[in-house]
Amino acid sequence: MDSNQDRPTTHPEDIEPLPKEPSKELQRAQEERLLKAWKTPTGWRYWSAVNNSEVGLWYTTAAFGFFIFGGALALLMRTQLAFPNNDFLTAEQYNQIFTLHGSVMMFLFAVPIFEAFTIFVLPEMMGARDLPFPRLSAYGFWCYLLGGVFVCGSIFFNAAPQGGWFMYPPLTTDYQPGVGADIWLLGLTFIELASIAAAVEIIVGILKCRPPGMRVNLIPLYAWYILVVAGMILFAFPPLIAGDIMLEVERAFDWPFFDATRGGDPLLWQHLFWIFGHPEVYIVFLPSIALVAMIVPTFARTPIVGYSWVVLAAVGTGFLSFGLWVHHMFTTGLPGVSLGLFSAASEAVAIPTGVQIFCFLATLLVGHTTRSASMLFVLGGLITFVIGGLTGVMVALVPFDFQAHDTYFVVSHLHYVLVGGTLFPIIGGFYYFFPLATSKKLSEKLGMWAFWIMVVGFNTTFFPMHLTGLRGLPRRVFTYPGGLGFDGLNLISTIGSYILAAGFLIFLWDVLRPKRKQPVSERNPWGAGTLEWLAEMPDKPWGVRSIPEIDGRYPLWDQPNLVRDVDQGRFFLPDAEEGKRETLVTSVIDARPTQCLRVPGPTFLTLVAALFTGGFFILSTFHWWTPAIVSGVAAVVAIFVWIWTGTSVIPEKEEKDVGLGIKLPLYATGAESVGWWAMFITMLGDFTAFVSLVFGYFFYWTSREDFPLPGSPGPGIFWPLLGGGLLLAAWVLTLLARRWNKQDRAGLFYTAILTALGLSVSGGLALTAGPWLTGMDPTAHVYPATVWLLVIWTVLHVLVGGMLQLYCAARRIAGKMSGRYDIDVCNVTLYWHFIALTVFITVAVIAGFPLVV
Amino acid sequence: MSRSNGHNHGDPPSEMDESHETHETNQSLMMITAGPSIWAAHFLASYVTAAVWCAKSAGRDGSLTAVRIAIAVFTLLALGGIAAAGWYGYRRHTYGGATTPHDFDTPRDRHRFLGFATLLLAGLSAVATIFVAVVAIFVETCH
Repeated sequence: MDSNQDRPTTHPEDIEPLPKEPSKELQRAQEERLLKAWKTPTGWRYWSAVNNSEVGLWYTTAAFGFFIFGGALALLMRTQLAFPNNDFLTAEQYNQIFTLHGSVMMFLFAVPIFEAFTIFVLPEMMGARDLPFPRLSAYGFWCYLLGGVFVCGSIFFNAAPQGGWFMYPPLTTDYQPGVGADIWLLGLTFIELASIAAAVEIIVGILKCRPPGMRVNLIPLYAWYILVVAGMILFAFPPLIAGDIMLEVERAFDWPFFDATRGGDPLLWQHLFWIFGHPEVYIVFLPSIALVAMIVPTFARTPIVGYSWVVLAAVGTGFLSFGLWVHHMFTTGLPGVSLGLFSAASEAVAIPTGVQIFCFLATLLVGHTTRSASMLFVLGGLITFVIGGLTGVMVALVPFDFQAHDTYFVVSHLHYVLVGGTLFPIIGGFYYFFPLATSKKLSEKLGMWAFWIMVVGFNTTFFPMHLTGLRGLPRRVFTYPGGLGFDGLNLISTIGSYILAAGFLIFLWDVLRPKRKQPVSERNPWGAGTLEWLAEMPDKPWGVRSIPEIDGRYPLWDQPNLVRDVDQGRFFLPDAEEGKRETLVTSVIDARPTQCLRVPGPTFLTLVAALFTGGFFILSTFHWWTPAIVSGVAAVVAIFVWIWTGTSVIPEKEEKDVGLGIKLPLYATGAESVGWWAMFITMLGDFTAFVSLVFGYFFYWTSREDFPLPGSPGPGIFWPLLGGGLLLAAWVLTLLARRWNKQDRAGLFYTAILTALGLSVSGGLALTAGPWLTGMDPTAHVYPATVWLLVIWTVLHVLVGGMLQLYCAARRIAGKMSGRYDIDVCNVTLYWHFIALTVFITVAVIAGFPLVV
Repeated sequence: MSRSNGHNHGDPPSEMDESHETHETNQSLMMITAGPSIWAAHFLASYVTAAVWCAKSAGRDGSLTAVRIAIAVFTLLALGGIAAAGWYGYRRHTYGGATTPHDFDTPRDRHRFLGFATLLLAGLSAVATIFVAVVAIFVETCH
């Protein structure tokens, strides 16, 4: 801390901690009150916990469990492929196994493990007590667990999906009548909802729940990366959800979206899947690089070199990764110019990817790096990733890809990228963060062994696959004839896979071995500079004893006495006088405190809501419609009970003294409230899914001569226009209702909101009347199917909009909403802004577009 | 555990003044995405123009001339926009004369950081836009 002198003293806005230690009795009383407010439920009620440290731990454990399952599947495949013409597995078993292996690793491990780590560590890194929506995290976790067990369990009933992790139709529509594809579509859509929930939580957490003083130039790089990733999830997952809906509707109700004989086009699925699928690769890669960006400075004992350049890399990769999706479709016969555009973007993404790696290398060179298992995994990961990146540049070149497409060369490339870019840094992250979770360190010695065995095993497995691929072995075949030059290479790969598994078992043993006799780790065992290492060993449930004011990127290095001041409660919110769980909300750019946010405590409601939501998806898989709908309605009821009892609670007083002479409001509304942000972000994702459906409409128009179907009246003009008009009027009245509520003109408010409700219902009916009265048959051709899909999407959103209007009226009647306390109606209005846009686009497309062409 | 790259720059105490320009209410995180957003718009416009032209107008072996002219126009517009974003960022990056890493706890350094990030992302976007535009130089037909 020698250079503190030449730093400018803190900004005058900055608040210094209390100069004197509060009395010991006061400290003890404060600690007792905090402990009581943040107490983890015990006994069977433990499972009602929603605190980020519990949910984060469950999430990590579950993701890890699925990883082991996915790994075991990989070993089965390698065993089958060890010798030519092997009959260890049948073709059908092999298909199920490779499909599940890919799906599990991507959807049940790589994405969730980052959500898990983030839920666990982000609040600590931000000096926050919890994320702003702890119950949403818990709901997301239970959805994920349920969906994951359902999808994985299918293999034990010989019913697992067989279409590969990207499920291309017509293979999955015409040739696989079993229930497997439905399990994939519905089970994983259910999990994608959990990912979007986590994205909402993370974005609001990073933008609004930072510690005072953590300006945007001082945010830990982990948070920058995760912010970018959460934003990517918001735009990447919805196209897949849209595709899932279309594919499932085709399978269940025979709407011909991907059936070329009735105007459909299987290529649309590939577009929608890869608009998701390519950003997905970066969605799983960037969080691991985020771990690297935390681990490297700690062990190099120096701040990161090129902070702004790393931010450039994170944001730049986030954008460019959306321009790459067609490179998975180079062999589908698209025009050369399209291939060229996507090839160019695929090459360009190597630039930001390289920039961050050079920043890490520079940091290591500047600092005095110490040896540790974490660092080894990080370095091994970077080197492995660079090899995968280079083969990536090769397959991004169209002519080379024509040769390598669907061969083991691609298998090798993607495993170098994902194991090097994702898995190794995650294991490094385990070694790094393990003391935070359990207060015990993992063994450095076992870590070194695990690392070297895994590196040797990994390269023995996957390096030969480059050659098997170049020699022409296609991926996803369950066996191959002998004597074609694949035999030896495959055997080497199989041996390597067992070595890799052995290395992993050493790591697993290190995690699971009893550590009762091992001493508790010292505090901040790695000498890191960021706030999560304020945690005591063993950690307390309150997250942070008092919320500090931050002056730099590495507060524990830069601010003398920080740990003491935090521990003695010299900073913000050192107490829980009212026995409530509280954390700070701060402004987006400079993190000035703006609100004291009360977050909800333990509940079983989230678990119940997740069970019923899961019931809807799982029962639908088997076409048991009545129980499915009952379960879906029960889920809606559970969610309404949850928001009715747990959100926008009117506080007992306007303001609260958060310490150090600052008073903050307990209730914020409109764009100031975290709920408004959550609604905005959720609707952005929802709107992206809608745009994907609209993209489908125009895609059919470009790819087919018979779209819109010649001679079809379409939905007509009158009914869509009438429906659109009524719904826009409902939107305007909702706006007026918000205003009249604000002015406490109760009579006008009720009139407006209930009239809006009536207009919503009649507008929804009018919109439906269009395709209904012109007799559009969605199973006959893709044109009526697409029109129906847009109409149904819009009407379902209007239905929810109507329920929300009713909800607002009920809130005011119940005295839970007023002119001053109007979060509910503000958020519902925001929802209706998106509905209005959706309605406008739907009407313009289904009624307007056929007039133009 | 010292800040081994301790820096000796930094402005005099006036660094703490908060001028109108550096005030929080005049900042937005969205500006750093200006460059990449323009890249995205350029990319989509080029792709959609080419796809619709080849599917609806020119046919499988048709000439791409019209699209190449369109991409040239898009590229000029995009590079103009990206240059403006970069200039905006550069002015902020050099505000008051301090150099990177822009890690002081002051509104000015936060201002400079946002400017620098905008500038860097504009640079990346310009390169990526040119990469994409180069395709229009080489590809002559829809085939």
